[in-house]
Amino acid sequence: MTTTATAPIIPNFDDTETDRKIAIICSKGNLDMAYPGLILANAALGEGVETHLFFTFWGFDMIVKSRMHDLQFSPAGNTAMHLPGSDRHLPQALAPAMTGMATKMLKKQIADLGVPEVPDFLDQVVAAGGHLWACRLSADMMHIEESGLRDDVEGIISAADFIEKTAGAQLLFI
Amino acid sequence: MPITMLNGKDVHVNDEGFLTEFDDWDEGLAAVLAEQIGIDLTDAHWKVIRFLREDYRAQGETATTRRVHTVGGVPVKEQFALFPKKPGKKMSYIAGLPKPHGCV
Repeated sequence: MTTTATAPIIPNFDDTETDRKIAIICSKGNLDMAYPGLILANAALGEGVETHLFFTFWGFDMIVKSRMHDLQFSPAGNTAMHLPGSDRHLPQALAPAMTGMATKMLKKQIADLGVPEVPDFLDQVVAAGGHLWACRLSADMMHIEESGLRDDVEGIISAADFIEKTAGAQLLFI
Repeated sequence: MPITMLNGKDVHVNDEGFLTEFDDWDEGLAAVLAEQIGIDLTDAHWKVIRFLREDYRAQGETATTRRVHTVGGVPVKEQFALFPKKPGKKMSYIAGLPKPHGCV
């Protein structure tokens, strides 16, 4: 139905609602599992939501300079893995040998959709105002110091520090 | 869909106020739309808006902030400065386009 509004309809961009916060814990270092946190962080920032990412355990690799360009995707152990463009499952016995090819293919599919690689994606998250934090325990376990991490990581902090910083936030564990 | 009077003419909008007809838009209207959401258009804003219009005409969908960065040449950080908090929605609103549908 067409109606003529007398007053202009102005979208409500909720600029005044500034208290929403999201905290995302990135604990996986597989290429495919690096993306969910980045995509959600990017979406949250685009909605004006304060966003913090905490990198821990294998997720730490996403911010380690020497590893962040080389995350891998393996079909091993992933029984939901299908042959590309098909409903047929990939036999698990073949999966362990296919990490290199699967990684290459996933990277291509992601690039074809205009989605950046992990380091570029983190650049974008930071440019949009996102905060990156590294896990103290992971840094100690892996013997990695601040100099080994992306320069825009704001600090190596304990789990308790992160909980304190993200008081009142909605929390996602990935 | 409602029709609303903006800048002295009838324009088609959706329930949120986003224009629904590509050709209803002109640069004079953009200034009015921007003013309604508290944005004063500068040359830097216009660069983004003109890119969005051209890109939509070519692609048939609204560019995301990522695309405005990589193809339009306006860094994400600058987009957030120009269109605070919700750049994707605000710039598409001013450009008379639908909200971007892409996730990234």
